[in-house]
Amino acid sequence: MKVKLNRIFIHLFLISYAITCLFPLVWMISTSLKTTSEVYLNRNLIPKSLNFENYIKAWTEGNFSIYFTNSIIYTISIVVGIVIVSTLAAYAFAKLNFPFKNIIYYAFLMMMLIPIPGAFVPLYVLLVKLGIQNTRIGYILPMINSGLSVSIFILKEFFEQIPKELEESAVIDGCNKFQLYYKIMFPLALPAISTIVIFNALSAWNEYILAAVNFTDPNKMPVQQGLFIFQGQYFTRYELLMAATTIITLPIIILYLSMQRYIVKSISGAVKG
Amino acid sequence: MRKIGDQIGSFLFVLPALAFFVTFSIYPLFKTFQLSFFQWDGMTKNMTFVGFQNYINAFRDFIWLKSLKNGVYLAILALIIMNSIAFILAVLVNLRIRCSKFYRVVFYIPPILSGIVVGFIWKWIYDPNYGILNGILDILHLSQFKRAWLSDIHTALISVSIASMWQGVGGSFILFLAGLQGIPEELYEASIVDGASFWQQFFYITIPLMSRTLMIVSILTILGAMQLLTIVIPLTNGGPGFETEVPALRIYKEAFSNYRFGYATALSVLLGIMLFIISIIQIKLRRTD
Repeated sequence: MKVKLNRIFIHLFLISYAITCLFPLVWMISTSLKTTSEVYLNRNLIPKSLNFENYIKAWTEGNFSIYFTNSIIYTISIVVGIVIVSTLAAYAFAKLNFPFKNIIYYAFLMMMLIPIPGAFVPLYVLLVKLGIQNTRIGYILPMINSGLSVSIFILKEFFEQIPKELEESAVIDGCNKFQLYYKIMFPLALPAISTIVIFNALSAWNEYILAAVNFTDPNKMPVQQGLFIFQGQYFTRYELLMAATTIITLPIIILYLSMQRYIVKSISGAVKG
Repeated sequence: MRKIGDQIGSFLFVLPALAFFVTFSIYPLFKTFQLSFFQWDGMTKNMTFVGFQNYINAFRDFIWLKSLKNGVYLAILALIIMNSIAFILAVLVNLRIRCSKFYRVVFYIPPILSGIVVGFIWKWIYDPNYGILNGILDILHLSQFKRAWLSDIHTALISVSIASMWQGVGGSFILFLAGLQGIPEELYEASIVDGASFWQQFFYITIPLMSRTLMIVSILTILGAMQLLTIVIPLTNGGPGFETEVPALRIYKEAFSNYRFGYATALSVLLGIMLFIISIIQIKLRRTD
């Protein structure tokens, strides 16, 4: 589009919106670096001096060392679970034949497109019934499930593009179906798998509701639940809270900035899907 | 025989996914319908069959109706304000300007944050005594507009809406941008030969070719707004009173604060049916590709 609109005005508009995006985060970091008295006396964006005490307090007194470790355990377990289960299924949907294949696939697809609000209520009932409520596994298993349908959908599309000749020559070399999966299909699918890893890692790290429904034991809670301990009934320690939100937000922003190529591309693909 | 064994072997690949799916998706779905006909506190063995009573109660439940109304309000604001901003940003970023990659990356930062984190950050921005919003109004000599944004019944819901739109713009933006990039460049080139102006291109090429993307993004926006939950919990938790109560939060509280599991699942079914109807349109649109 060759347009003679004033480019400066376009950039001014876009930059002001970029500032709108970043300002709340700058304010968060700024608050986290202030002393307690400064937070409630000085509304300047730039703290008088860089004070990292809030981070230490949030990490130790706020038990964030525990929540952070828990979240890492959950995120890794959930992502690994999703990758294994969804690559197996997507490979079968794309390349193998078995009865009711299409019906099962469409059932998965429907679950992806139709929202079930309040699913956490029956999930809680189920977890209690299975005796795994307030356990780590009781959180990890339903979280793996929640990432499956989208992941299977993305991977199936990817597997379908892999040429048949590759499989045929591998079969001639004596590969069985499972060897074909982990020796050929899995390595070839790594670009698609990395998209799945990023998306599911983000949503596992950011998840709150299922954790709130599942965990009553503070030693098992993930970071998002841990944030609530800074919120008193009458008074919130914002300098500690903002240090804690910074601690848990920085890893995902770093992950995002290093992987943003995959992220933007795959969302763009989703709308055409 | 060999073929059957082969198919069983193939089926084993989907078995883990199917087991997860049946246990954690299908079973809860049926459980929701089943529980919605009972009165149950979620713990004891006393379950009383009440037929459609939970559903009948829902239509008389002032708080539930209020939360639905709030959900619709949030959806309308998001459709109009959030998606307009996102669309304008996408059109501008698509103009082959410099630094377009920088804008794309920055605009998508809010959507990757957790709802809880965004809720707490905005709660701190809105803080009546020490928050930066009232601070800025002081600096601008607009002190008369200062207020307790989240506890004032006149501003609570719009404040929640602004925080959630701040987070949501990036998602719509990326989808719009993908749609715009799918429009063949030749159409614009041909129109320039025919002497079309920017606005003519916009109304006769961009808008018609974006209609499907616009529909899909609108539906995703409605679905998102009607299911808003995590961001509201740290911001207001539904207060003051029930001013910012939203449907999903209502379901959560009916189950886990009021211990009315039967009623909570009936509300889930009602909201689910509404969202299902909207989703069907989306599925139809995706099919006509």
